[in-house]
Formats: sequence, C-alpha cells, structure tokens
Amino acid sequence: MTASQNQGPGDEPDAISALLPWYANGTLNAHDTRRVEEALSRDAALAAELAAIREEAAETIHLNETLGAPSSRAMNKLFAAIDAEPVRRAPVSLSARIAAFVAGLSPRALTTAAAAVAVVLVLQAAVIGKVLVEQYGASGYQTASYQAPKAVAGMAALVRFAPEASASDITDLLASYHATIVDGPKAGLFRIVVGDKPLSNDEREKLIARLQSEKIVGFAASAE
Amino acid sequence: MSAAQAATDEVLIARIASGDRLAMQVFYGRHHVRVYRFALRLVRNEQVAEDLISDVFLDVWRQAGRFEGRSAVSTWLLAITRFKALSGLRRRKDAELDDETAASIEDTSDDPEVTMQKKDTGEALRACLGALSQEHREIVDLVYYHEKSVEEVAGIVGIPENTVKTRLFYARKKLAELLKTAGIERGWP
Repeated sequence: MTASQNQGPGDEPDAISALLPWYANGTLNAHDTRRVEEALSRDAALAAELAAIREEAAETIHLNETLGAPSSRAMNKLFAAIDAEPVRRAPVSLSARIAAFVAGLSPRALTTAAAAVAVVLVLQAAVIGKVLVEQYGASGYQTASYQAPKAVAGMAALVRFAPEASASDITDLLASYHATIVDGPKAGLFRIVVGDKPLSNDEREKLIARLQSEKIVGFAASAE
Repeated sequence: MSAAQAATDEVLIARIASGDRLAMQVFYGRHHVRVYRFALRLVRNEQVAEDLISDVFLDVWRQAGRFEGRSAVSTWLLAITRFKALSGLRRRKDAELDDETAASIEDTSDDPEVTMQKKDTGEALRACLGALSQEHREIVDLVYYHEKSVEEVAGIVGIPENTVKTRLFYARKKLAELLKTAGIERGWP
C-alpha cells in the first residue's frame, strides 16, 4: 500500500486518521463516529490503516495479558500498611448516633427512660393547655382568622333586610345610620350596632320605628 | 467498564472513605491486575511494580474522601499510578526517561531482529511494542489495553487532547519503523 492519503502536510495525521485508534476502542462520541465511518466508506487507505490499528490493539492486549498478576506480597504489604494507619471514624448522622445510643441501653434503663419521656410529655401538654386557656379563655376552638366582636357602645338591633335589597342599598342604609353589622345572618337576621353611644328608651323606640319604615328593611327590633 | 460497575466503584470509594476495610479488599480485587500491568509497563520491574501498586492503593485508602467523581475511578487510579511510577523513575539515577535509555532497558520480549526470524507478525509486533519509549508505551497501553478515551488519556497523562492524538500517531509511526527494521512491512505509514 502506498503512503496513506490520511496524512497531512509535514507528516501530521489528518483529523480522521488521528481518531481511528479511538474508533477502534469504541470511545468516540456519536458525531466523530459518524465522521470516521463516512470517511472509511470512501477511503480504502483509511480502512487499511484501521485494520493495522486493530492488529496493534490485539497485540497490545495480548502483551498486557501475558504480564501476569502481582503476587500476594503486594496485597499483604498494602493491608499491613492500612492496619498501621490511624483508625478512621466514619461520619455518623445524628439519627444513627441516637439509634446507637438507644441500642446501647439495657432493657431496665430503656423502661425508665421511656417512663421519664412519658412524664415529660404529659407535663408539656399540661403547660401548653394552661397557656392556651389563659390566653384565649375557655371559649373552645377558634380559627386563626377569627376575631371576637368588639364591644360597641351604640344601640344593638336585629334587622332583616328585604329580599330585593341590594348590597349597595344595605351599605347606604348602614352608612346613613352610622351602623355596623356585628353578627349574622342568623335565621335571616343581622345584628347591627347603631351609633357609638347608648341611647335612652325613647330614642331606641324612635330609631327602631325609623328603621322599620325603611323600604329595604323587612323587620327591625331592639336587641340587648 | 459498564455504567453499573462505575457506579459501584463510586459506592466502594465512598465506603473506603469511611474506613471500610472490606470495601478496600473488593476494590483491590477488582482493579489490582490492570493497575499492576500498567505500572509494570512503565517501570519494567516486577518487584518495583508490586511495591508501586501497594503504594497506589494505600493512597486510595487515604485519599478516597477527596475523590470528586469527575473522572472514572479507573482513570483516577491510572493517573495516580503513572504519577508514582514516573516519580520513582526520576529518583533512580540509572533511569533517564529519554527514548534512547528507555529503549535500552532490558525487556523480557525478544528483540525485533530475533522475532523476525520467527516470522510471526504477532510476536514481532509485541516485541516492537516492548521496544517503544516509555512515553509511547503508556499512550499505546492506555488506548488499546485500558480503552481510555482521548479526554481520559489527556487527564491521566496531563497533556492537551490534540497532543494525545499526535502522540499516539507518532507512537504508531515508531512502531511501524521498528517493524520495518525487523523485516515486516505493513504498508503504513
């Protein structure tokens, strides 16, 4: 065969020729593998070079395989050296340390520890309960968003709005009476507080009568 | 090496890092022959190669916690082996690393001329492979026997990838010249 067409000027390998050994050992990426295969399909000299590389590779493997293996002396020397090294402690997680501690306890100690933990839990529950009662009273369960109605000094009344009343009608009415809905509806009745100061009985009756006369109010009554 | 084995190597390294002696035994059993052969081809002395691999695996025991997994474990091992082998050779007064001296170091293979008489291309090739310089031998071994990619060889030898390609090209050219001297004409280059 003549000199390979795959050598560049100055006896340098061209890109494809330089890749052939790695094509032969199967470590080229897909892109370079395609490039080599395309070049091989149209260049007989390159194919001959690949055959030579495969022969070299086979003999290199043969040569290495005949080198044998190290004697047990190498392993003995290694493990003697390892045994002479300072003992290395593996990094242990917190959970593993807790597990190891618990595993190391005697059954009697474990029973005592479990009882102590139970007492601590009961005491903790009692303290939490006391704090909650002091903070929120004995009113039972409340959602986080719940706000207790503020004590308002004005006159309380129960009102049922007419079915045809719109939201803006109700808003306007409440504004004109300086009133605020504080509860409801319960059975269709809203509890409102009118004004911000207590009224006499006479004033209360007049205010209820006035509310009753409103078109959007179906029912109004004084409330405690 | 399969992806599954590579993964297991990393698990072993993690266990070795935590001081697991059994993991070290498994790891040694898996890799010591190839590491020994690579070392022997570099230092050309069985006793020295055995001492060298003990030293390499002791380094693995000590340094396992620092293995970052950026290369295959086998590539890391060969890089340590090469570094230690060359450091050892440099310390030896009678072991200069130029081609001439390396070629003159006694080799167990027949020389190319003797092999020529045997008329066996395979044997002649093996004899010529043994006669290559240390620099050329290692790159031939890394690619053909240890099946390393261009990137891995660059990492082990510490040279750019393009230099890896040209170095192997010249190693092959030298091999062809040695074969030609032994009377075997392969037609390349």
